[in-house]
Amino acid sequence: MTVLLEAVGVGKRFGGVQALKDVSLTIHAGEIYGLIGPNGAGKTTFFNVLTGLYVRDAGELRLAGRPLNLASPHEVAKAGIARTFQNIRLFGNMTACENVMVGRHVRTQAGVVGAVLRTAATRAEEAAIRRAAEELLHYVGIGHCAGTIARHLSYGDQRRLEIARALATEPKLLALDEPAAGMNATETAALRSLIDGLRADGLTVLLIEHDVKLVMGLCDRVAVLDDGEKIAEDVPAAVQANPKVIEAYLGASHA
Amino acid sequence: MALIGCALVIAPLAVGAGLGNAWVRVLDFAALYIMLALGLNIVVGFAGLLDLGYIAFYAVGAYLYALLASPHFGLHWPAWAILPLGAAVAGLFGVLLGAPTLRLRGDYLAIVTLGFGEIIRIFLNNLNAPINITNGPKGIAGIDAIAVFGHRLSKPIDIGGFTVSGATLYYYLFVALALAIVFVCVRLQDSRIGRAWVAIREDEVAAKACGIDTRNVKLLAFAMGASFGGVAGGLFAGFQEFVSPESFGLMESIMVLCMVVLGGMGHIPGVILGGLMLTVLPEAFRHGAGPVQQALFGKVLLDPEALRMLLFGLALIAVMLYRPAGLWPESRHRREMAE
Repeated sequence: MTVLLEAVGVGKRFGGVQALKDVSLTIHAGEIYGLIGPNGAGKTTFFNVLTGLYVRDAGELRLAGRPLNLASPHEVAKAGIARTFQNIRLFGNMTACENVMVGRHVRTQAGVVGAVLRTAATRAEEAAIRRAAEELLHYVGIGHCAGTIARHLSYGDQRRLEIARALATEPKLLALDEPAAGMNATETAALRSLIDGLRADGLTVLLIEHDVKLVMGLCDRVAVLDDGEKIAEDVPAAVQANPKVIEAYLGASHA
Repeated sequence: MALIGCALVIAPLAVGAGLGNAWVRVLDFAALYIMLALGLNIVVGFAGLLDLGYIAFYAVGAYLYALLASPHFGLHWPAWAILPLGAAVAGLFGVLLGAPTLRLRGDYLAIVTLGFGEIIRIFLNNLNAPINITNGPKGIAGIDAIAVFGHRLSKPIDIGGFTVSGATLYYYLFVALALAIVFVCVRLQDSRIGRAWVAIREDEVAAKACGIDTRNVKLLAFAMGASFGGVAGGLFAGFQEFVSPESFGLMESIMVLCMVVLGGMGHIPGVILGGLMLTVLPEAFRHGAGPVQQALFGKVLLDPEALRMLLFGLALIAVMLYRPAGLWPESRHRREMAE
């Protein structure tokens, strides 16, 4: 199995709080990798370090063997990591289609001169961007909403749109930050089949999720963070049985 | 389209014949202000960066023209060489302003840009010592009029016994350039770059996560907006044949911002409407208020100048209350404001 993402000894401190302590994990190409843990365990911090929103204090990140020493989020996106946000961050006043078209930015080139002169190359690129955006909207199941203003989409559709926008950057690794948060059972089931489909199409997914049932059913492997430290990393069944994990979630008396 | 074209061609001739040449000059200024408003619209309307010192770029363009085509330094460069240079230099100033303010947004950015605008004006006011560069508060006079194909636009020309005034000639030049700027804006709005600007306005963090290099894209917005201001400034200098620092005060920046906001932020037709209205209406009021009061009350009760500002303020409040997205908003912006 080829390793896609490798984190070695990643640390991050905010003032007196050690949000991440020596976190090491390996994500294999083509798997769905879950990252769980109680509130405040450092899951989102790890996400933000991985995607360049925070600068890590210690440790190494390698994507497909290449060190990921990038200063800013847009370079991380270019390197091949796309993300969604825990509290959905869409471009609210743009249409669904435009949102996804923005996602194509990093894989396209047109500059000011091309845009003003509308050269043949720019027109072709623009058409390709629109086509790709529409295809992605269909792929995530909201093709009929292409012209809808993003803010007006239902909650579940906004989550899907955010995934479509992330996919538009052609990621090697798709990082989803609590995609099922706030969803009802039907929406969660639909989301599950969408993520399953992503794996079937060869994408690697890193999933932070509170919904334990979803994580256990979906993920190939799961890592558990507690208080900034990784306390377990294994297949879901083994993690569920791990006394350290039970202790982290339910307290020592249950372990 | 053809109708608008005809109206644009006939407007100065009709206005000149009916109301006199002073009104054609008002139209000239309207065209200049529309260029400024369109430039500021890129920064404020598209990219969502509140800039309160925009007039500084107008000043840079105007002074560049004044220094390169006046007896002050004895230089007499042609306008076609200075105007593109003015656009480039103003664009550079745009980057100079943009670079240190990349992390700022909203009110913080507004304060820094406001300071920048004032710094430029104060520099122009004081750069007459120890070496006299800008001639200080006295300003630079005797600037060369803009010449097209060797003809100075300040002089009227005769076409088959019909005299076309200098103001009308300037009008055609300004409108042609304003249309060029409209064209550039429309093309940019609907492009990869335009989408990136709007994405930054909507959510900067998400824009970064989508792979947009927000630093470069913001600097590009500052530079593009500033370069339009630089062109308008050069035209202004050639048209007035005189520049002084007092033309570039904070009030001017706010006026241009009002054009953008009143017209409809981010919506090109709205911004054009805003620029036209805020140039023509106050002028009409200044000319009209005195005679109207004379007719109604037999004497002028309120100084038209004071009354003009009073009504302008009231109009601003009314628009913000009843049409907060501007008089002619972008459809998507209207929806946002409706909530």
